[in-house]
Amino acid sequence: MADVVVEQGRVARATGARKGSSLRNTLGRKSTVAFFLTLPLILLILLLVLYPALYSIHLATLNKAMTKFVGLSNFTFLFKRETFWMVVRQSCIFAITAVVFKALIGFIVAHFVHNIPAKGQRKWRGMLLVPWVIPPAMSTLAWLWLFDPSYSAFNYTLSFFGVGPIPWLGDTFWARFSVILVNVWYGAPFFMIMYLAALKSVPDQLYEAAEIDGANWWQKIWHITLPMMRNIIAITTLFSLIVTFANFDIVRILTSGGPLDTTHLFATWAFQVGIQSSDIPLGACVSLFMVPILAVAAIFILRDVNKRGNEA
Amino acid sequence: MSTLAIDKAGPSRKVKYGSMSRDRAWALRWSYFFLVLFAIFFLTPPIYMLITSLKSSAEISAATNPWWVFHPTLSNYVELLSSNQFLRFFWNSSVISIIVVIVTMMISIPAAFALARMKFWGSATLATGVFLTYLIPDSLLFIPLFKVLGVVQDLTGITLLNRWYVLVFIYPTLTVPFCTWIMIGYFASIPKELDEAALIDGASWLQTLTRIFIPVALPGLIAATIFAFTVSWAQFLYPLVFTTSVDQLVLPVGITTTLIKGDVFNWGQIMTGALLGAAPPLVIYAFLMDYYIAGLTAGATKG
Amino acid sequence: MADVALRKVVKRYDDVEAVRGIDLDIADHEFIVLVGPSGCGKSTTLRMIAGLEDISDGDIMIGGDVVNDVPPKDRDIAMVFQNYALYPHMTVAENMSFGLRLKHYPKAEIKARVTEAARLLDITDLIDRKPKQLSGGQRQRVAMGRAIVRNPKVFLFDEPLSNLDAKLRVQMRIEIKKVHQKVRTTTVYVTHDQVEAMTLADRVVVMNKGRIEQIGTPNELYHKPATRFVAGFIGSPAMNFIPCRLEDAGGTLQIRLTDRIAFALPPARAARYNALPRTEKLLLGLRPEHLTESHAHLEPGVESFDTVLDVTEPMGMETLVYFGLEGTPICGRVNPNAGAKDGAPMRLAMDLNNMHLLNEATGVVL
Repeated sequence: MADVVVEQGRVARATGARKGSSLRNTLGRKSTVAFFLTLPLILLILLLVLYPALYSIHLATLNKAMTKFVGLSNFTFLFKRETFWMVVRQSCIFAITAVVFKALIGFIVAHFVHNIPAKGQRKWRGMLLVPWVIPPAMSTLAWLWLFDPSYSAFNYTLSFFGVGPIPWLGDTFWARFSVILVNVWYGAPFFMIMYLAALKSVPDQLYEAAEIDGANWWQKIWHITLPMMRNIIAITTLFSLIVTFANFDIVRILTSGGPLDTTHLFATWAFQVGIQSSDIPLGACVSLFMVPILAVAAIFILRDVNKRGNEA
Repeated sequence: MSTLAIDKAGPSRKVKYGSMSRDRAWALRWSYFFLVLFAIFFLTPPIYMLITSLKSSAEISAATNPWWVFHPTLSNYVELLSSNQFLRFFWNSSVISIIVVIVTMMISIPAAFALARMKFWGSATLATGVFLTYLIPDSLLFIPLFKVLGVVQDLTGITLLNRWYVLVFIYPTLTVPFCTWIMIGYFASIPKELDEAALIDGASWLQTLTRIFIPVALPGLIAATIFAFTVSWAQFLYPLVFTTSVDQLVLPVGITTTLIKGDVFNWGQIMTGALLGAAPPLVIYAFLMDYYIAGLTAGATKG
Repeated sequence: MADVALRKVVKRYDDVEAVRGIDLDIADHEFIVLVGPSGCGKSTTLRMIAGLEDISDGDIMIGGDVVNDVPPKDRDIAMVFQNYALYPHMTVAENMSFGLRLKHYPKAEIKARVTEAARLLDITDLIDRKPKQLSGGQRQRVAMGRAIVRNPKVFLFDEPLSNLDAKLRVQMRIEIKKVHQKVRTTTVYVTHDQVEAMTLADRVVVMNKGRIEQIGTPNELYHKPATRFVAGFIGSPAMNFIPCRLEDAGGTLQIRLTDRIAFALPPARAARYNALPRTEKLLLGLRPEHLTESHAHLEPGVESFDTVLDVTEPMGMETLVYFGLEGTPICGRVNPNAGAKDGAPMRLAMDLNNMHLLNEATGVVL
């Protein structure tokens, strides 16, 4: 039997060359069509994303007037500046703290929403996502007003409890706290929505089976909910890490990096150095320092997204 | 009443049942309690915007209870909505966002169709590239883009910097990758037999796209449109860098730069402006919440 | 309307051959069913006729013209898919008329054709509904309607009933047959269900591993299978295959099943098999209905033997009995009143007039 198959295969292959048949023609046509359909996308990515990204590496090696190649001296200059190391530290503290709290609050809120009767869930979900919908520049203005040194509504309220007044944006610790708070406020609803979608996709039978096996609510979360949501938690967290790390709007509006540059992130400092102080090469240099961290996160996301795709 | 009756029928089981439902009732009460707490946390800033926007400058500077409006007035709204400058911001934002939505769809839909349905050389790489592009933040590109625009401006003589229309070219870098990505997902979920049926019915690729794919994937299209619009509307960094003249500004930049004049903060107007600036996305969200959320969650799944 | 011909058609995916040189002539008006287990190449063959798959080698002709390089839309065919592939955003009428509208038929003619097809399929009331509002059976009708309005040369069906529940499947089967009797369009129908194949087809093409095993009318396939595969695939429960050999005993040819059991062959059979070498390993092929309870007056050629039943399955009008013969599991069909019980001894009768004899090594029916 097997011999026959091989024989047949060889004969067929020998004669197979003659066909230049319809699908191959359409394939030729098809890839031409596909090329034109994707051309605008490719041009956009090449010209407005890839080219500027590579161009910024070139920029980073020029002097301030952009007339002369200075090699890595912009980088070595940065390494010697204390502000730079403060920005590195603050960016990391900011991103990690904010993402952890966003993830935690998102998870907790998603659970509560999932707990209540399905009828009311839509309403609550709709209400709780509002911070994510408002343009961050607009909502940060509201926070700026809430944190106002003389008219802070928070301090007004706290004064009834004998606390404060707190220098929300005037003191290094509180300013750092405030920018993280606003970022958590803005980003936690996104986590909530992602987790809620993931929670809904866990089949009820699993919980029922676990209940029959005698699991309590904590064991159910630990052994069923978290493993089932593992992937979506990973993707959401990594994605949020990128966005938070590269954040600009909140810090720019709330503190502009102050007091004394202690709340600067890479993005806001790059803006200050590159645009406001017109040292474009140095600004490019600062923003390039985001690349390694973004790249690592991106690689992990890509891996998880592909895995998720394969599971589905 | 009925529980009592059951209680008599078989005591041991009832106790169990009763404790279960009592647990559940308590869990529910706690859920609502915390949900209210979080809702207060999440909704305080927008509500505070509204409260402040209804106050006169005099009431604000009098430092009365900030959480209450004693003499509500619409003067802030009247003033802003009759200010040419503010209307100019609003107009710029609207025009840019609408054009960006159209441009995004014209680029994303054909590309997503090709990537979802026509396996061609490099299609998998391109799809991955699209996703990676989506992960590149604006704060990485604004400096080189600023410089590139300057160079192009010098070379061609076309004014690009400090012109609102340059944003129409730049914003698609933020909207197109994500929209393409989620449209790939929506298109890929359409059964293969549907295009085969269309093929046998005599439809060309283009007809398959316009008459089958776009109508069938309409929910995805709406989600992508909402995303493109809200991203364009909310974008802050690019317009802050690329535009400076008052008549070229978009809403977020306009409000933060012109209403905050030195140390004189007119908070009633700032909050009114912020609220009006937040209104279009909020209104879209209120009416198309399900599409909005579908678009958000679609990003995490592979197309 | 047209005839369809396949000449040495081959389909290769990279190095795997899904279809290995198929020759098939389908006459005008004929209803042909391609049947076989999954992966046998039947769907690929159908899709090559449709033009959805390229052919690696050979020729496909529709109405005498070679259509190898003709795109699907110009082949004048219509196809019904397993999942119906109805356009979800169009009403029933729009679904059915989509192809005609693309070809810019006059509105009046489109309407006339849709109305006629809807009447034929009894879906006139549903014409303005969307597919989502239809039941599985109704969707199936619409899919057929979409094929009918095109008035194509050939109908192609790709497992159209697989998504329906058992009861509806039987009903739709009859419906398809009725439609074919009315429109008389040449039809190629793919299924893995041999009952569907038997009931619908003018001729059945049994495929296995990318090749045609046998082509014939349903009765030919059932009563004169050419190979072990066809014999085992057609009929339910499947045919029993019992290892055996031929031997001469006192001038008569007899078939030996076990050390204890050997039967003299009926004269007609003995004459047919006499030339076979006695040493060859053979299989006795016997359908369950030819293994029944024994009774006092057996016809000539029917031989009885004793066995112990393993399991019995009462089906109502009959009882299936299972037992082993030297380790070979065997199924028989007995009268429900014959007293068959699990684990009980029973005397059964084998109708050797309907036996098949197969070469064990080659699988060929002798």
